[in-house]
Amino acid sequence: MANKKYWQSFGELNNSEAYEKSISNEFKEDLPFESADKKGLDVSPASRRDFLKYLGFSTAAAIVAASCETKVRKAIPYVNKPQDMVPGVADYYATTYVSGGEAIPVVAKVRDGRPIKLEGNTLSTFTKGGSSARMQASVLDLYDTARLKGPYANNSATAIDVVDRDIKGALAGLGGGQLVLLTSTITSPSAKQVIAEFLAKYPNSKHVQYDAISYTGILLANEATFGKRAIPTYNFGNAQTIVSLGADFLCTWLSPVEFQHGYSKNRKVHEKNVEMSKHFQFESMMSTTGASADERFVHRPSEAGIVAAALLSAVNGQGATGVTGKLKEGIEKAAKELVANKGKGLVVSGSNNTQVQIIVNAINEAIGAYGSTISWGNPILMHQGIDSEMVSLVQDMEAGRVGALLIYGANPSYEYFDAERFNKGLKSVKLSVSFNDRKDETTELCKYVVPAPHFLESWGDAEPKAGIISLIQPTINPLFNTRPFEESLLKWSGNATAWDVYLKNYWIAKLGSVGTFDKALQDGVIETQAMVEAATFNAAPVAQAIAAANAMKKGGEFEVVVYQKVGVGSGKQANNPWLLELPDPITRVSWDNYAVISPVVAKKFGIDLNDRGSADKYEVNTEKPVIKVKVRGKEVELPIIVIPGTQENTIAIAVGYGRSKGVGRSVGAADGGTLGKNAYPFLSFNGSTIEWNGQAEMEKTDKLYKIAQGQTHNSYEGREGVIREVTFEEYKKEPNVILHERAKELEHYGGIEGFAKEGTIYPDYPGENKPGIKWGMSIDLNSCFGCGACVVACHIENNVPIVGKHEVARYHDMHWLRIDRYFSGNPNDAESIQTVFQPMLCQHCDNAPCENVCPVAATHHSQEGINMMAYNRCIGTRYCANNCPYKVRRFNWADYTGADSFPNNQQPLVDEGNLDDVILMMNDDLTRMVLNPDVTVRSRGVMEKCSFCVQRTQAGKLEAKKQNRPLSNDDVKTACQQACSADAIVFGNANDSQSLVSQVRKQYNSRLYHSLEETHTMPNVNYLAKVRNTAEISNEGVLGTIVGGSHAEEAPAEAAAAEHKG
Amino acid sequence: MIDHRATVKRILFSALFFLLLSVGNKLSAQDGKAIFQNNCASCHSVFKDLTGPALGGVTSRGPWTDHKKLYEWVHNPSKFMASDPYTAGLKQKFGGVVMTSFDALSEKEIDAVIDYVEKTFKAGPPTSGPQGTPGAGGAQVIDEKDNSILYGVLTLILAVVALIMLQVNSNLKKLSDDKDGLPSYEPIPFYRNKSYITILVLVLFVIGGFYIVKGAIGLGRSQNYQPEQPIFYSHKVHAGVNQINCLYCHGGAMEGKHANIPSVNICMNCHMTISEYSGTAGKLFREDGTEVNGTDEIKKIYAAAGWDPAKKAYKENAGHEIAWTKIHNLPDHVFFSHAQHVNAGKVQCQTCHGEITKMDEVKQFADLSMGWCINCHRTTKVNFGGKSGEEGNKFYSIYEKFHDDLKTHKKVNEFGDTITVAAVRDSITVADIGGLECQKCHY
Repeated sequence: MANKKYWQSFGELNNSEAYEKSISNEFKEDLPFESADKKGLDVSPASRRDFLKYLGFSTAAAIVAASCETKVRKAIPYVNKPQDMVPGVADYYATTYVSGGEAIPVVAKVRDGRPIKLEGNTLSTFTKGGSSARMQASVLDLYDTARLKGPYANNSATAIDVVDRDIKGALAGLGGGQLVLLTSTITSPSAKQVIAEFLAKYPNSKHVQYDAISYTGILLANEATFGKRAIPTYNFGNAQTIVSLGADFLCTWLSPVEFQHGYSKNRKVHEKNVEMSKHFQFESMMSTTGASADERFVHRPSEAGIVAAALLSAVNGQGATGVTGKLKEGIEKAAKELVANKGKGLVVSGSNNTQVQIIVNAINEAIGAYGSTISWGNPILMHQGIDSEMVSLVQDMEAGRVGALLIYGANPSYEYFDAERFNKGLKSVKLSVSFNDRKDETTELCKYVVPAPHFLESWGDAEPKAGIISLIQPTINPLFNTRPFEESLLKWSGNATAWDVYLKNYWIAKLGSVGTFDKALQDGVIETQAMVEAATFNAAPVAQAIAAANAMKKGGEFEVVVYQKVGVGSGKQANNPWLLELPDPITRVSWDNYAVISPVVAKKFGIDLNDRGSADKYEVNTEKPVIKVKVRGKEVELPIIVIPGTQENTIAIAVGYGRSKGVGRSVGAADGGTLGKNAYPFLSFNGSTIEWNGQAEMEKTDKLYKIAQGQTHNSYEGREGVIREVTFEEYKKEPNVILHERAKELEHYGGIEGFAKEGTIYPDYPGENKPGIKWGMSIDLNSCFGCGACVVACHIENNVPIVGKHEVARYHDMHWLRIDRYFSGNPNDAESIQTVFQPMLCQHCDNAPCENVCPVAATHHSQEGINMMAYNRCIGTRYCANNCPYKVRRFNWADYTGADSFPNNQQPLVDEGNLDDVILMMNDDLTRMVLNPDVTVRSRGVMEKCSFCVQRTQAGKLEAKKQNRPLSNDDVKTACQQACSADAIVFGNANDSQSLVSQVRKQYNSRLYHSLEETHTMPNVNYLAKVRNTAEISNEGVLGTIVGGSHAEEAPAEAAAAEHKG
Repeated sequence: MIDHRATVKRILFSALFFLLLSVGNKLSAQDGKAIFQNNCASCHSVFKDLTGPALGGVTSRGPWTDHKKLYEWVHNPSKFMASDPYTAGLKQKFGGVVMTSFDALSEKEIDAVIDYVEKTFKAGPPTSGPQGTPGAGGAQVIDEKDNSILYGVLTLILAVVALIMLQVNSNLKKLSDDKDGLPSYEPIPFYRNKSYITILVLVLFVIGGFYIVKGAIGLGRSQNYQPEQPIFYSHKVHAGVNQINCLYCHGGAMEGKHANIPSVNICMNCHMTISEYSGTAGKLFREDGTEVNGTDEIKKIYAAAGWDPAKKAYKENAGHEIAWTKIHNLPDHVFFSHAQHVNAGKVQCQTCHGEITKMDEVKQFADLSMGWCINCHRTTKVNFGGKSGEEGNKFYSIYEKFHDDLKTHKKVNEFGDTITVAAVRDSITVADIGGLECQKCHY
């Protein structure tokens, strides 16, 4: 396993010349010293005398400026202060994150009347306090500059009563036209009652639920085989064998927050618990879940049905039929495991095809999954849309049968696969009303807009799973003149009750008393265990489904597969810079979508990864070749990204990009176009459900497109020991294999114990409990799936600036915490690719290389083990970043936050095209309300990095002091730790043997290691090595024959041999 | 400041210890005073009627001759009043306001308060002007006699003498040279002597530089800043003469970052009944010498609260905020928490804010510079709590090992060996547990 070679980029894999050159400089450009004529200092006409003049002038100017009168500040207290509110102390309110049908119970941190951070609600048994990147980022949507500030009629701002009068009149005079309420899935029981009352008021009306990300296939399959149109609960925690047929269940599929928690339970291996689930993934593109799989096999997108059918026949003991080669072996292997672990297996499929889902149901029935890993108690209600209803609605609209269309939460003009027809139909609808909060693609075309408030301003409830209710309460007074969608419906149905009163009455009636309602509101959740209804499997439709599945396979050279990125998802929160700048876990690209192709296909477009020249041309240049992809007559031009592990006939394109300007300021490209392209038109309707793949044609163009891709610039200079990985086989035989490995490496330096002591000047106190505090963090690589919730949480908590696409492309990204992705294996062999995600943040080294080189002592070590950064001392030499082996220090190249003393020094840079407009958006007075007042915003020329959430450690300590007690485990949680649904990150006082981090370090000692331990930096962050449940670790980490390069001799012989075969 | 630390500490212990925690067995008038100030002083005085009646001589009137009745009353006034006409009469007299119940006060504590009240009453009303919170660094403002002018004059005289001597010396030298027939240069007048000019320039440079640097450091600092406030609120009257506890109005100091300026409803707690300034602290004057009509200032509160003093009721939607001028301003990159200092650190308010009890309008006492913060962190001792639960904050129990080592003169070195060292100090200061680290305040 020591032979395993990890690589982040093809350049690193090849040790190419350009790559070596590119990594030799931490910072690829000089400081932007430029004279007015932009020729640089060397040829500047300014003489030394001029320099002295400038110096003198600026000193004098600074003195004059500084000696101006100090600003008079006012302090304005309340007239009548609410009793429990103390200015400067945060209040917490339980509420619910809602986006489309998705709902996650949250607790909102409110500082002086402004919600500034969301955390998962730990009282919920559904998410158990977990969170997702989108939930974390949603607090920014509240302060979005693109939100509508009041109602609109025919594209001009109007008063609400005028709109009410007009709409009421129009609704009364519909004639024979149908009234349709089109929404995304609504789980709220009270809102459903409002809708029912509204529809009852108007005969010839109906409610259509339409989800951009549809799960109709599962709903219909369950109706066919179990007689219920519902989505059951999947208990990944009970599953010993997990087979996923293209389902990205850890990041985007169904209910990932819940699934991550369950899945991670069986991945946390330690020497006393030598048991681990085994996860097979069959898919076409490299999904984030596939990257975490133990074994991964690829197939053409249209083969999803055949794979499912083959798995069913293999499970039934008839062998995998209809497939060949590695795929056949893989399916049989998976089937063998499923049969061996009967009752402990689980098969899920990401397909939206009813036939495929029927086969999957049959497999789950055959392996006894129902009742153990799949349960009909508390079914998932977050996705109720049925595709065919939407299709027939569009037909009705076109035929002029629809008189009024009320749209809430849905955006068909963008999300619907045939948006053109929808738009055409919308024109013939007499009354169109949108409740959406911004002028998105659909709202733009509607006659009336009555914007609904953000969930943080609303009253409401959600029922993500049957019997699991999460209440919504406002955390801020509505910022704009908005009105809840429910209140509008109440009004238009002649009910004068205000929505909040209606909701309260609804729940008080249900719960019995005001007291119980208040308690429920405080907790945020109301949970009842639903009766598990027995459901008998009806095998009748299976045979037909198999026949249909076998007929799905398509020929042709290419097939497109459309997917969701973990950040942007379906595009409901498209104007959220935190999500747009979050790099995709696999491609590491932010701000755009693109066409993902395999290294094999790349060759056809002049990118031969075996050829150093062309690989470099592709990789080192930020400008990527653009291709034209054509599906069913619709075509888009997208840049390519080559990702190993992609099936060679597959092109993968993400949805959620290519938005109209009305969505917000951050979705536009600097050249006036859009960031990315819309991929929804590539979906198609097969008569009952919407398919997410199809045959494609691909064409080369001679255009290039700039892509902001991170990570390739961060190199470890060939040092080993960043990642440690072991197979489960090896681990079972010898749990201490990692320990032995470390002991061997550190033998010369006094062994693992002595190694630390040798190099420290800190006193080493004997015993388990050491005096004082020493903060430590442990990160389990087995529980990290790359979902990025921690990255976004870190951004919010620490006021980390957004830098925009062009700055990311220049590697000026500011992420304090990033998730590095390492591949291993042979890029030409998709099945051999194995992936490891590693959250990388400041390691807070006790022997920190950065501290020694700072000329002004701006960074040094605290007694509590934190590597501190004093921004006001920093003069921006960047020596520290150069000397950091982990590459976690971030430099403010421009004034991203508006913290400089000079006002408006961003606008000129934006006008020149050196900065993106999103910087201005993030510095809008409205957007800045989201800043954490306990953390300084950094100005230009200052280095920054992870602080271990020092504002939280300080606040936690103070809380303990206020209560006159020692520090406890719950006092301090870092933002990343709190965001993680899989508990991969644990933080605490390592000097206390009872703290969480000490416990974890003790329990998982066999997997514990420090990244780049041999450099003797002595980090306070440790990792728990990755254990992969396979027989072997891919170590064919070499492409082609390497000439030159310092690592050629390290290339294992068998890897080179394997390469020749490939 | 350092000299008074012990005094300040003592007061702290008596005051805040009682405010926060239960009490021990022995309670004296001294403790009674603390309890009185923390619980009673916002409504009662010993000598005069405030929101509630003057407490002096309380045990000799009404039902209070029986101490048991007094306990009942303090623990639950409404209940007691139902069966007692005397207190019902008092309610009428004091605008229908019933006393807050203090069921947490033990009988011993009430006794201690009574003890204090009676003793103070017997001693008679204070004659020598307002009384500050005792011991609150009264000596801090005593100016040390400034000798710098004397030294300056001396230096100047000596310099002139030296100059004359040098001149004399050179003249004499010239004379003797002439006498000896040695060639001599024409004497240069001293103002053209390059050595003198050089020395003068250097001296001016050093002096000028010193003042420029000093001035530059002082930029942005505003010690002694005393803006005029929208309402002439006198801390001397409230915190000084009437001895209202600081935390009664600035309660945020115990909870979070900001001490908080009280909202208008807090003012109204007392000013519902106190509608005029009776001159308890003498005539009030602004800094410019103009006299202030205290009653008019109280009317400004009524305007802000929307209170109608004639009807004794709030008007509908009539209130407005008061925009006070903020005096103590810290730069944005500084994190300062009142709770850490007042609640956890038990620092007395006056340590940083000066003799508030003697100020009418508040002025900034300290310069709030980083050096000032650091000096205090260097000298302030950490209030360690022992395992046995002695006084001190139990949070610091994690540092107990350090504390024990200090006592026994032991130290653990980097090899894990315990060695004996000479006693270098007797305590741990804030600086010793990381109080000087950048990221304790800058993050």
